[in-house]
Amino acid sequence: MKAAVIVFPGSNCDRDMAVAFERAGADVTMVWHKDTQLPDQIDIVGVPGGFSFGDYLRCGAIAAKSPISASLKAHAERGGYVLGVCNGFQVLAETGLLPGALMRNANLKFICKPVDLKVETSASDFTSGYAAGDVISVPVAHHDGNYSLDDDTLAMLRGEDRIAFSYVDNPNGSTADIAGVLSDNRRVLGMMPHPERAVDETHGGTGGVAMFRSLTDSLVSA
Amino acid sequence: MKVRVDVMLKTGVLDPQGEAVRHALGSLGFEGVEGVRQGKVIELDVAQDTDEATIREMCEKLLANTVIESYAIHMG
Repeated sequence: MKAAVIVFPGSNCDRDMAVAFERAGADVTMVWHKDTQLPDQIDIVGVPGGFSFGDYLRCGAIAAKSPISASLKAHAERGGYVLGVCNGFQVLAETGLLPGALMRNANLKFICKPVDLKVETSASDFTSGYAAGDVISVPVAHHDGNYSLDDDTLAMLRGEDRIAFSYVDNPNGSTADIAGVLSDNRRVLGMMPHPERAVDETHGGTGGVAMFRSLTDSLVSA
Repeated sequence: MKVRVDVMLKTGVLDPQGEAVRHALGSLGFEGVEGVRQGKVIELDVAQDTDEATIREMCEKLLANTVIESYAIHMG
């Protein structure tokens, strides 16, 4: 599997994400946001966490208009895989690749702690290594993770089984406890919690390993 | 030419920051504040012949996230 991880000014989980992909067996290329083209034959693009452009204007808004973002969008529209974590999820929502928006946490606080996530569907290459109903522990670290969407969009996501993860104990006010959502072709996943920070027992847990492994397995055989 | 764009959360979208401000006003003794909405003001200094349609495009593409925000343009 060939993975690319985009680096924006202010990204700070880019190397963690690269390590998580590498440990699962992927070749990883880091891509600077000013590049206009992704490397050839990339299977999956990681959009990492951090504070791209200092969260100016709105979280992810300026990164979503970076030169590389047109290529990211084209990759997704061709059926390429994309994983957006934390600020990466905010970027994907701002590009329109995923529905909804991430707003300030309901309690207005920056939240940094491990949370329990319920796997809502195993029907995606991101979640096929889990069983629906599994509970995994993954850290969150965000100020703007309050996932907001209207009732019609929520009904659509539910109807299409596109909610990937939900919070067992909602930390940020997200609609319907949603922690991660899939695109309609199930190849773009955006989530606020950090699976790439949960791939090493000595660094606080391994709840995210199955995601990177199932991606590698699916995309190698593809 | 100065142009002002007001960006506000859409009606019906919960504004936790506005709520916090409302509570703070209450604790300062200001009674009867039934709602506070917090938004942002963006001032643009643009070429004199810039038309409103161009500013609208700026709002749609970047200045506002129309999933949750509405905007109002005040041409200089």
